[in-house]
Amino acid sequence: MNQQASRYFVPNPSHYPLVGSAALFLLASGAVLWMNKIGAGPYVVLTGFAVLLFMLFGWFGRVIDESEGGKYNRQVDVSFRWGMSWFIFSEVMFFAAFFGALFYVRVLSVPDLASAEQQLLWPDFKAVWPSAGPKFAEQFTPMGAAGIPLINTLLLLSSGATLTWAHWGLLAGKRGQLKIGLMLTIALGLLFLSLQVYEYVHAYQELNLKLTTGVYGSTFFMLTGFHGLHVTIGATMLLVIFFRVMAGHFKPDHHFAFEAVAWYWHFVDVVWLFLFVVVYWL
Amino acid sequence: MGINKKTQSCLAGIALMVWSRMALAAWEFNFQSPATKAAQTVIDLHNLMMIIIVVIFIGVFAVMFYSVFKHRKSRGHQAAQFHDNTMVEIAWTVVPLLILVAMAWPATKALLNMRDTSQADITIKATGYQWKWGYDYLKGEGEGIKFMSLTTTPADQIRGTAAKGGNYLLEVDRHVVVPVGKKIRMLTTATDVIHSWWVPALAVKQDAIPGYVRDTWFKAEKEGIFRGQCAELCGKDHAFMPIVVEVVSAEKYSQWVGEQKKQMAAAADEGGKTYSLNELMSRGEKVYAANCVACHQANGKGLPPAFPALDGSKLAKGPKKDHIAIVLNGKPNTAMAAYGGQLGDGDIAAVVTYERNAWGNKTGDMVQPADIQAARK
Amino acid sequence: MEATHVHGAGHAHGDDHSHHPKGIMRWITTTNHKDIGTMYLWFSFAMFMVGGAMALIIRAELFQPGLQYVEPEFFNQMITLHGLIMVFGAIMPAFVGFANWMIPMMIGAPDMAFARMNNWSFWLLPPAGILLTASMFVPGGAAGTGWTLYPPLSIQMGIGMDMAIFAVHILGMSSIMGSINIVTTILNLRAPGMTLMRMPMFCWTWLITGYLLIAVMPVLAGAVTMILTDRHFGTSFFSAAGGGDPVLFQHIFWFFGHPEVYIIALPAFGVVSHVIPAFARKPLFGYTSMVYAIASIALISFIVWAHHMYVVGMPVAGQLYFMYATILIAVPTGVKVFNWVATMWRGSMTFETPMLFALGFLFLFTIGGFTGLVLSNTAVDVQLQDTYYVVAHFHYVMVAGALFSAFAAVYYWLPKWTGHMYDETLGKWHFWLSLISFNIAFFPQHFLGLAGMPRRIPDYALQFTDFNQVSTFGAFGFGLSQLLFLYVVLKTIRGGEKAAAKPWEGATGLEWTLPSPAPYHTFEEPPVLSEAKGHA
Ligand code: HEA
Ligand code: HEA
Ligand code: HEC
Ligand code: CUA
Ligand SMILES: [Cu+2]
Repeated sequence: MNQQASRYFVPNPSHYPLVGSAALFLLASGAVLWMNKIGAGPYVVLTGFAVLLFMLFGWFGRVIDESEGGKYNRQVDVSFRWGMSWFIFSEVMFFAAFFGALFYVRVLSVPDLASAEQQLLWPDFKAVWPSAGPKFAEQFTPMGAAGIPLINTLLLLSSGATLTWAHWGLLAGKRGQLKIGLMLTIALGLLFLSLQVYEYVHAYQELNLKLTTGVYGSTFFMLTGFHGLHVTIGATMLLVIFFRVMAGHFKPDHHFAFEAVAWYWHFVDVVWLFLFVVVYWL
Repeated sequence: MGINKKTQSCLAGIALMVWSRMALAAWEFNFQSPATKAAQTVIDLHNLMMIIIVVIFIGVFAVMFYSVFKHRKSRGHQAAQFHDNTMVEIAWTVVPLLILVAMAWPATKALLNMRDTSQADITIKATGYQWKWGYDYLKGEGEGIKFMSLTTTPADQIRGTAAKGGNYLLEVDRHVVVPVGKKIRMLTTATDVIHSWWVPALAVKQDAIPGYVRDTWFKAEKEGIFRGQCAELCGKDHAFMPIVVEVVSAEKYSQWVGEQKKQMAAAADEGGKTYSLNELMSRGEKVYAANCVACHQANGKGLPPAFPALDGSKLAKGPKKDHIAIVLNGKPNTAMAAYGGQLGDGDIAAVVTYERNAWGNKTGDMVQPADIQAARK
Repeated sequence: MEATHVHGAGHAHGDDHSHHPKGIMRWITTTNHKDIGTMYLWFSFAMFMVGGAMALIIRAELFQPGLQYVEPEFFNQMITLHGLIMVFGAIMPAFVGFANWMIPMMIGAPDMAFARMNNWSFWLLPPAGILLTASMFVPGGAAGTGWTLYPPLSIQMGIGMDMAIFAVHILGMSSIMGSINIVTTILNLRAPGMTLMRMPMFCWTWLITGYLLIAVMPVLAGAVTMILTDRHFGTSFFSAAGGGDPVLFQHIFWFFGHPEVYIIALPAFGVVSHVIPAFARKPLFGYTSMVYAIASIALISFIVWAHHMYVVGMPVAGQLYFMYATILIAVPTGVKVFNWVATMWRGSMTFETPMLFALGFLFLFTIGGFTGLVLSNTAVDVQLQDTYYVVAHFHYVMVAGALFSAFAAVYYWLPKWTGHMYDETLGKWHFWLSLISFNIAFFPQHFLGLAGMPRRIPDYALQFTDFNQVSTFGAFGFGLSQLLFLYVVLKTIRGGEKAAAKPWEGATGLEWTLPSPAPYHTFEEPPVLSEAKGHA
């Protein structure tokens, strides 16, 4: 049957899903072993990771082939758009859980611990944010907003701009602009990540601010950490897009993969803005 | 009809058995008889809701069953084809809404009253431990009284090797005694996991959350003994941490307070005392049986891997200091709780001594209350 | 549960589909929504057996006071796994299975929007199922926290807890991908002319369910991740000493957990909205208001979560707010109940097994809804929270609600899947046995709860003995009745009277225009909907 002519596209059978499941199973059981310090945990995790990479290469490779082979018509394109939007929505909700935790401890639990009611248990606890809780004995310095976080904000914001600029290039058929824009975006993303690593080292070594620094440390590192993870994923996807551009992929009227990654990047951007305001600034 | 004699007598036999069983049995099917106004309010509210619900239910399903019987194909009923009626739709949106508002009103009143813990006569703190309750009388008559309350249902009754007693699972060694007609404010908290302090006849249930103090109150209208249970899954022995509240007259209460004070005074000044190994061992065995057996088991073998054996344990045979430290401070993020706050110096000294000499641990060491006092610093 | 590979009946197609792997590889690599639906359904049934066997262990231990068969630790593990497996392993996959099978056929699509990812959604389930069930056999056993996984108890647990956490992560990924797929299919692959307000009700319920799932599964993933880091990496989300709060977990969990119960209920509503009109031979009453009702149930379900936490000690204003919001849900749910009754009104009814289960659903779900209303009343819930009254409530809505509706769905669509009619007599037996034994098992639990029996206990005070015995008796009866169901289904797959394309006189919708069994590939070209053809 001529797929291009028909409105519908149904992919052929594929063994990659099963490979993906095996990868996740390995990752999960390896992590369980590792966390409980049993046997070959780290190696199982590594194997799982390798299998996952194999699956991602194979699966996305196929998708790219199908796309370049012209099998994706308008209908498939719209499906992809819906799919990506809903996926980003789910990511938003994932972050919402952690933001919710942050708001909860700041607005409810820390003030409550210092309230008259709780004097019985925590007699001299004062509610000031950042707080590491009544039992935390060490000294630590919270992370300020000026300095690296501010620089990082600017970096991410400009990376959003360069990406949009690249997109304009793609739309206008200016491949040079597209390539430079992408390169700049990736570079800004990597710079962001390096600065974040530097910030973490600084926090651990000089500020005595750690994951274990009570609820402040927990929320700080989990929120910024998951964000950093998403930046890493986003940058990796941008890199893939970049290679595809170099290979001559994408047309002004057919480049959903590019757009999907751009959406994702902007989403990561927006999360950072929230982070910057509620984690660093306020 | 084809039912023969044998089947008939058989059925009659079963019916008789069922009937006699039913006549003997408790078949408790409604709230326990209330001992506070709040408990009565809950019953009234529940009755009110039941009436409304049953009426609506009968209404809705009367219509349905009417339709099921009359509008069936086998009776030759032809299907109508209507499928919309805005007026009806609005009606059955608005009417239930009004009914619900009517239900919410008394509920709001009852709740506001149930949560008003101000102006209490006596304040008692209940602390949930795995798996027992500790009580501190914080304010009002009896201030300063402090004790642990443990289940007394013997293991052989639970295991079915002895007949089950009258208050099976609902009996403790020391009741929470309170005077009748006084507003008692209960604070709840916990040291390890979440528990919940619940006495049905008083209509109080309040989760006990580690690290936080929460409160509720009751005012018993009549004297008597009221039994409840921990109502939040708290691990292995969640089913075995009952709560018993004994409501007595004002005079009896004062008398009880007097006795408690005397006992506490006697227990207080043992810091300087020294005991013999035998004294420590026999006292330690009791403390162990009350506090530690649940996990480490009577034979000291524990339930590995969740609960380690103490028999032969490196800690129990090594330096006293570490052994005392783990009992005093517990081990974070495990079920091993800090007993420093729960037990006095004498009890801890005794139980440590016991653990160091019981089973195969024949170290011969002795730990005195003074050692514990020193270790607490 | 279609077992035969019917290739190309009535539809021409070319090379792209002609080299299918055979045997086991067919199932592993398939991108066909019907194959995947079938796998979901079988997986769900297997998990139902496992979870049910656990329920029977629970009920056996509760037959008498005292400890008889299992240790308390193991008992706690059983309730945890029973809850998790039934919810995530049995009920949810069953309805995803129905969605896979039916939605493309109902809207005239050739398959799901992301057919390959669809396969992955399914194949993520077995690893998760393995992690959960295997956790019973690791040192320390499975998580003994209840399916709600409350810290700090879950912090104390052993390796089994970590396995449960990762299982939840994987299940979450599966649900999110499955939902994205379903939602996209419904939004983008409808046949031309099928507007949203003309689409079958089952699609509507799944559209909204998918939305709920995408919104709340990530939140659950976040919650269990925090438990994981609290357990192993020294964070303090749920520890007061570090400034956190154990109750924080409950808020996050129930922000997921309450919508979750409607995730279970909504597709069940969808099925019933097809079965009742079909056997009343009369269009669904109030289609539009049904759609609004589902949407409002979903929206309200986001703002009522703390009715599971009335006794954690939140401020009284919070309790009042959550009470008011919760009782509001009775209004749209009531609209649905009334609409179903109105659909039957002056119809021309027959009572084949699907209809019987739909009526059983309606009757018993309403009881469960009403007890939910009793629980939503905060003052009353103080006495009922964490008692068997709650257990009775949610088994009425989930077993007599969702499970009965799933049975209705299986009987209703089995002819379409297998091409055979099931044995009507046995089907009716299955219904009546289930109905009666279900009530014997769970009705007395209301009494137990009122009289003060806490839930999650392996042993109880003597005054609760009698109703517990009745309940256990019923539970075993109910379990046995399900073996009959398995038999009926197997028998139908293997043979039986040939089913017509439209075996039910009153059924409407595109799926009934296809031959039975439905060919392997359907609607490769979009069907043309005539203006006259309304919604199902
Ligand atoms: C399919 C799943 C499902 C569904 C649909 C529901 C539906 C409802 N549930 Fe339930 N619930 C659970 C599954 C479900 N629940 C589970 C699993 C738990 C326990 C979790 C755990 O702790 O492990 C639970 C627990 C639970 C609690 C907490 C109890 C406690 O732990 O203390 C509460 C409290 O408010 C509650 C309320 C409700 C209400 C008000 C509804 C409403 O949606 C019901 C609405 C329906 C009707 C009311 C009937 C039909 C209406 C009419 C005929 C209209 C006319 C009516 C009137 C005007 C009155 N549920
Ligand atoms: C949709 C979900 C679902 C379903 C379908 C069920 C089905 C059943 N449930 Fe469950 N249940 C929950 C969800 C569900 N449950 C949840 C969420 C909890 C809370 C857990 C917690 O507290 O954390 C719970 C808790 C729960 C408890 C309370 C435990 C406690 O608090 O201590 C009990 C006790 O009676 C119970 C019983 C049953 C029974 C008898 C069935 C029956 O319907 C099962 C019938 C099925 C079978 C029996 C299997 C099929 C047959 C065989 C395997 C063949 C062998 C049979 C024989 C030899 C007879 N369940
Ligand atoms: C709720 C269960 C529980 C109770 C009750 C309990 N323990 Fe423990 N105990 C534990 C656990 C779990 C550990 C292991 C902690 C770890 O992981 O190191 C432990 C460890 C110990 C150890 C160290 C053993 C070793 O070899 O490392 C000692 C000593 C001890 N407990 C003494 C006591 C005493 C004395 C009591 C009673 C006063 C008691 N325990 C009550 C659960 C309990
Ligand atoms: Cu303490 Cu349950
Ligand atoms: Cu709920």
